[in-house]
Amino acid sequence: MTEPASIEPESIEPESVEPGWEPDPADFDDPASNAEVLEAGSALEVDPEPAGEPFAPEPASVVPPAGPDAAEPPTLAPTAGLDAGLERTRGGFMARLRGFLGGVEAGGPSWDDVEETLIAGDVGAALAIDLVERARARRDPGGPEAAIRAELAALLVPRDAAWTPRPATGDGPAVVLVVGVNGTGKTTTIGKLASRYAAEGRSVILAAADTFRAAAIEQLRIWADRSGVPVVAHAPGADPGAVVYDALDAAVARHADLVIADTAGRLHTRSNLMDELAKIRRIVDKRLAGAKPEILFVLDATTGQNGLAQAKAFHEAVGLTGIVLTKLDSSAKGGIVFAIEDALKVPVRFVGVGEGVADLIPFDPEAFVAALFA
Amino acid sequence: MFDTLSDRLRKTLGNLTGRGRISEADIDAAMREVRLALLEADVNFKVVKEFIARVRERAIGHEVLASLSAGQQVVKIVNDELVDLLSAGDRTFHLSGNPAVVVLVGLQGSGKTTSTAKLAHHVVKLGRRPLLVAADPYRPAAADQLQTLGRSLDIPVYRAPAGTSVVEIARGGVEAAKRQVRDVVILDTAGRLSIDEELMAEIAAVHAAVKPVETLLVVDAMTGQEAVSVAQAFAAAVPVTGLILTKIDGDARGGAALSISAVTGVPVKFLGTGEKTDALELFHPDRLAGRILGMGDILTLVERAQEVVDQTQAARLEEKLRKASFTLDDMLESMQQMQKMGPLGQVMSMIAGMGNLAGEAQAAVDRGDLKRTEAIIRAMTMTERRDPNVLNASRRRRIAAGSGTSLPDINRLVKQFGEMQKLMKQLSGGGKRAALGALTGRR
Ligand SMILES: Nc1nc2c(ncn2[C@@H]2O[C@H](COP(=O)(O)OP(=O)(O)OP(=O)(O)O)[C@@H](O)[C@H]2O)c(=O)[nH]1
Ligand SMILES: [Mg+2]
Repeated sequence: MTEPASIEPESIEPESVEPGWEPDPADFDDPASNAEVLEAGSALEVDPEPAGEPFAPEPASVVPPAGPDAAEPPTLAPTAGLDAGLERTRGGFMARLRGFLGGVEAGGPSWDDVEETLIAGDVGAALAIDLVERARARRDPGGPEAAIRAELAALLVPRDAAWTPRPATGDGPAVVLVVGVNGTGKTTTIGKLASRYAAEGRSVILAAADTFRAAAIEQLRIWADRSGVPVVAHAPGADPGAVVYDALDAAVARHADLVIADTAGRLHTRSNLMDELAKIRRIVDKRLAGAKPEILFVLDATTGQNGLAQAKAFHEAVGLTGIVLTKLDSSAKGGIVFAIEDALKVPVRFVGVGEGVADLIPFDPEAFVAALFA
Repeated sequence: MFDTLSDRLRKTLGNLTGRGRISEADIDAAMREVRLALLEADVNFKVVKEFIARVRERAIGHEVLASLSAGQQVVKIVNDELVDLLSAGDRTFHLSGNPAVVVLVGLQGSGKTTSTAKLAHHVVKLGRRPLLVAADPYRPAAADQLQTLGRSLDIPVYRAPAGTSVVEIARGGVEAAKRQVRDVVILDTAGRLSIDEELMAEIAAVHAAVKPVETLLVVDAMTGQEAVSVAQAFAAAVPVTGLILTKIDGDARGGAALSISAVTGVPVKFLGTGEKTDALELFHPDRLAGRILGMGDILTLVERAQEVVDQTQAARLEEKLRKASFTLDDMLESMQQMQKMGPLGQVMSMIAGMGNLAGEAQAAVDRGDLKRTEAIIRAMTMTERRDPNVLNASRRRRIAAGSGTSLPDINRLVKQFGEMQKLMKQLSGGGKRAALGALTGRR
């Protein structure tokens, strides 16, 4: 991500929602790192507490896990569980919808109000109008609530409750590549995932492939320490593809069974950065042929209609296989997910409900829709 | 991705001109389109409702000017209203006090730390000496991130030992600034949920402790319907003086900013336009209005052009756009420039009404039509380049032979040029402030 300021990104308008990436041997660079160590810079005038350890200068340092006492013991009891996480969601969006729906029969608020409530939850105006139309046409014996609920649920992809990242081929590690626009919660989600799978007894290695954002590597290291998993990192500014390659090597050498790679946040309209991501994916495909990596798209629940454009662009670049919906502990409803699942047929796997290590819970569509109406 | 509002209204209302008055039926149809466009742009639904009511009132019985179609007329009214709303409040960035204290607040991941560094860069350009304060003790490596940015800008960063309370960090930062003779203090605070009472109380305490002259709410341009309640919660906790709208370099329409300004009266002061520390721009209401409507933004086009094309060329392009004295030579030149600028579609779609053409032109570039276009135009006489109307059949045959192309190629190019010229005229017709919102923005 070190290209010069350049003029903008083509507007991406995927006609088809098929992933557009394809393995391209030409992109398969020599993974030998071209990492350079940034010079330390001038001493700060005011710095009561000096910065922590400098970034490891050697290209492929595998940082050993912190000792058991340094690591916060991962507990899987979420500090804010599904109920707590959706509490506000319930209090807002669907409670109101429920109120309206209850009222439709009683001659209270109209279908227009229902539509408005869907729109207020970021479902999107066009989709909301559609949903209400279809719900009305249903003439559901269970009434408007059952009708809207059925329509919403029908937009979601059926999913496998037993899903866990697995290698497609027999022996190698499973690979999870985490992508998304800036600030959605990628690194935090990786910290939570690492803790979850480490607690399940899997040997996890993290790849610090956000080499662009200031202190991104340090941030991932702190998360890794919380669950005692190692991080493969190069110096800031290094080629992210090389970091991923080295992490895969390290995983194979140590017989680790899960590699989770952090990537730099990038706007989906920056075609050069999207190309960079596609290249990282091809490196995974090359190094572990047939590994079928999980490509997790991290979406902030406060995102509005742009979320669909984001998801489509990332899908086209790297072929998404799952979504994590973060910040569902906020007052936002995350309604754009309905349009995304409907368009891409990619399931939401987890929701983020806080900033703690355990604040990540599996997304259960039925529970989700039910919670919306509770 | 979206039809522009003007395209939609053209479909709904047709290109009727000089029809006397806009009828109720016209208005109803038009308002449905306006509503959808605003909602797709993430403008809050309540704001949309009030907005539509106001526009309807203004539009009903409004004289359709002879020079404008009913659709254009409605677009103009909508645009004027949007600009009005976005112009609310005092957009000056105040730096009084010694040190002048600026505090950035917002949700997690909205871009506070990056914006802190950008503001510091801006303030240095104003001739001031800023100190940055890392007042986010919660997010892992947040202080490291700010320190790295400060180092790259050669601006000192104040950090406090772990365990120091945020209020103490803030106070300590201001004291340090006084000692170090720094005249601006910019505080980067932790991201917090607007519904987290504890952390909202914390930010209020910080405000009370350091009495900032500017308290800026950092808002992601991609934010959806919740933007309003988030902003209201922050404004209730601390007196928010302005917004920084970040990640506007993506393709989000940024309706959230409109909602917030409309509901709270807080003005947008800055736009974040990229990840680098110099990617901070002053806010122009008319440009965001155009963006929300998916309408033209010639100024932005010209500015982007200036980044890669030399300034005189860009000025000439702007002049041509304005005067609509657009010839085949200009078309070739602008196609070449746009190719240099990168993906043609994006640039062209910034021009009102050019959305459709953009895809076509991009396809043309992809097919290598640029070379053919060049060959064809080079085979024309000067008269023909200025006025393709003179191109009769025999001239066209001559040009085809001379350029090694075929008659259909010539016809296609002439047609394409005709469309482009029409658009240019439409864009630059007398006093059409609506379509040319961007140009009127140049004060
Ligand atoms: N409340 C809440 N905050 C979250 C959640 N997930 C992440 N965050 C916060 O969001 C902010 C951004 O998170 P990061 O993990 O740094 O996001 P990122 O996508 O890695 O960001 P970049 O790498 O800068 O693009 C941090 O302050 C996180 O603590 C969540 O589920 N709930
Ligand atoms: Mg990150």
